[in-house]
Parts: sequence; structure tokens; C-alpha cells
Amino acid sequence: MSMEMLRDVVKNVLSEVDVVIGYTEGFDKVHATPLFINTPEQVDRLIWSPICVHNLTTYLPSLKKKVGIIVKGCDSRTIVQYMQEGLINRENIKIIGIPCSGVISVKKLTKAVDYANIEDISFEKDGKINVTTDKGQKTLALTDVQPDKCRTCQYPTPVIYDHLIGDPISSDKPKESVYEDIVEFDKMTLEEKLNYWLKEFDRCIRCYACRNACPMCICQDSCIAETREPHWISQRLTTQEKLMFHMIHAVHLAGRCVECGECERVCPMGIPVNKLKRKINMDMKDLFDYEPGVNPDDKPPMYTFNVDELKIKEHKIG
Amino acid sequence: MSGVDPKQELRIVGFLCNWCSYGGADTAGVSRFKQPTDLRIIRVPCSGRVDPLFVVKALLNGADGVLVSGCHPRDCHYSDGNFYARRRLEMLKRLLSFLGIDNRRFHYTWISASEGARWQQTVRDFTEAIHRLGPLNIKREA
Repeated sequence: MSMEMLRDVVKNVLSEVDVVIGYTEGFDKVHATPLFINTPEQVDRLIWSPICVHNLTTYLPSLKKKVGIIVKGCDSRTIVQYMQEGLINRENIKIIGIPCSGVISVKKLTKAVDYANIEDISFEKDGKINVTTDKGQKTLALTDVQPDKCRTCQYPTPVIYDHLIGDPISSDKPKESVYEDIVEFDKMTLEEKLNYWLKEFDRCIRCYACRNACPMCICQDSCIAETREPHWISQRLTTQEKLMFHMIHAVHLAGRCVECGECERVCPMGIPVNKLKRKINMDMKDLFDYEPGVNPDDKPPMYTFNVDELKIKEHKIG
Repeated sequence: MSGVDPKQELRIVGFLCNWCSYGGADTAGVSRFKQPTDLRIIRVPCSGRVDPLFVVKALLNGADGVLVSGCHPRDCHYSDGNFYARRRLEMLKRLLSFLGIDNRRFHYTWISASEGARWQQTVRDFTEAIHRLGPLNIKREA
């Protein structure tokens, strides 16, 4: 894909919409930041590289105007899910899709360079990254510093778009590998699993960044994690309260989570918060053959039912 | 009652729908069917009212077991409440063991207002199962 083509398309789209959302350089070389383009002059500030990690579609349900938006494959699933739930009007949105061969995880990158200050970073076509730090130069493979979601990515090309920049690419990762880690985790004993979660969630500082970054968390100010009536969770600083919050997030995303991984990316404590949601998604696939954010005509499984459920059997006690 | 130690009472929370299962529990009571006393019943308008988070909240806050019961599928007073409930509760049943909580501590079933004997059997079996599992100890901090 070429930058000129992207800029041309954005300029064209801009004539039809009020704002185009893309990426621009952030406060340093490894961070991009969202860019809201209102005038053609701003188009030159656009960038595109593996540092463009954000899921920009988060803005869509609350923007009440015509919007052009730049999406990667994983982000595009959010738009499909919004359409399934009737949260956006497709006619008001122009989607500029970019086939993506993976983004970076800043957490993994800084760890790979031993927490040195990164002064410059460049990406080569063959998947190599050249990093210049205050301690010297280092060459890394993109696949080593990718977030977990890229390792099993099934949709490198957006599933829905109006303009596609560059040629579509298809996934080279086996479909069976997507939930391998979840199946593996589930093999542990109950005690090991409970201790794992208590240890992980004990670190939670309840900043609610995972909820705020989540594109499917659309309750906004009405989130039951903060209401007093009903008082679902208190301010008490116990692991139970933290665990309860994460269960609220997971259960409210049952059959809706598009696995964009934003919750895990923004977590300041490095808690694997996406795991619970992916476990539910795995069950949704098994029970209802449903995958969120793939087909705009699907209905989320918790929004509907079958009189005779083929996969749900009556349980015996004990 | 076989298998249930009457001295050590555990906490079991039951969410029963107003129209069938609560009536079923009432039938059992009126018929003087003996039941273990570990179960505390909460009456809800419909099994579709039962948020899976009710169950999670109960288990995290000291309940040792949770029972949800509604009208038989196709018999819902509101015609489709229990169909939605079935999907949600099945999702939760599978999620609990992933979290490290034995999913035998949570059971959902369908009992009609005339099935007093079936209610008695369910309460007995479930209480016995929870007693076999013992108290649920999730580490609590001060």
C-alpha cells in the first residue's frame, strides 16, 4: 500500500463527510495518536505504520455526523458488530480499509530493548524492525513484538469497506489456532485457575481503562460498575470487587466482543483481561456457531434464541 | 436426610420464577414434603430476569451454591423469557469453571407449579451436591 494512495482517498472521502479519523505521530516515535481531519491541509499529517494500534471505531456510536474512518482488519469487525446491534447508521460512515500485516505492542517492544529509551524506529517490508535506542541499535522481527491478537489474526483484510488501500491479503494462520491458548488454560485444575485469576486481578487498580477503551462498552455514564442504585460493586479495595468488575465486563460482552484487544493494550497493570471474553467467544462459536463482527446480517446470540437449542443439553445435578 | 450433615448448614441461593418454580416450591410446602433448609429462595418475575451476574455476585459474596429455576421451555408466562435465560445461564455455566469455580455449584433447571415432588428432589439433590463440595472459600481480604 502507498501513502500517496491513502492521502488521495482520504481527500476524496473528506469531500463527502464532515470528518475523517486516522492516525498521526504521537508524543514519541513508537506512539501514534488519533487524528481528526476536517480540512484537506491536515491530510499531510496522516501516517500509517505498525505503530497505528488504536481501534478508531470506538468513536463511531457517539459521533452524530458523517464520518470517514481508517480501519485495519480487526477494527472493521467492530463496525460490523455495531451494524448488527443497530448502533450506527451505515450510510453515515465511509470506511477506508487497509490490509494489515500486524501492529506492534509497545509493551513487548520496550521489553525487547530492555526498557531503553527508543529514539527512532523504522519498519522494513520483510517484517524487520530497526530500533535506535540510547543504548545502541537493534534489529527485531515484527512477529516477536506483536500483540497476541496478531499471532492468530484471521482477518488481516477488513471485512467491510468502501475503499481498500492496497491489495487484500489473506490470513496464513490456521483457524484452529485461534483459541488454542484458551483450551490449554482450561486444562488446569480449578484451584490453579482460581489462584491465577485472584493473582492477576489483585493487581487491578480499577482505573476502568479497559472499559473506557472498549468499543463495545456503550453504556458510557450508565455503567453499572459505578451506579449506586443498584450498588453492584463498592469502593472497597478487595480482590472480590475487582473480580466482580471484570466479570461484569466479560458477561456484558458475551457474544459481542470482537477481540480487538484494546482492553489488554490499555491495561496499565498488564492484566490479561481479554482472556475471559475470548473464552465466552469460544463457547459462542461452539454453542451457536457465531463469531462476532463478521456478517452484518447475523444476530448476536444473546439477543435471540431458538425454541429447540441443539447444543444446550439439560444438566444433571452434581 | 442422607448425606447432608444438618449441623453444618451451607448457604445456597435459589432464584425462582414467580409463575412456575415458586409455585412448585409452594406446592412442595403445602404438601409437607421435607426439604433441607440450606436454600434461601429469592422470587423473581421470570427466569429471564436472572442476570448471570446475580449468580456471580452471590458466589463471590459468600454463597456456596446457586440454583436457578424457571418454567419449562415453551411454558413461560411471558412466552420467551426462559429461552433467553437458557442461553445466558449456559454461557455462565461454561464460564465459571474457566474462572476456577466448580460449575457444579451452579445449577439451572425447569420446574412447573404442579411438580412439588420434583422440587423436593431437586432441592435434596442440589443441597447434597453442595455439601459434597463443601464451602466455597474464595480468599477474602480485610
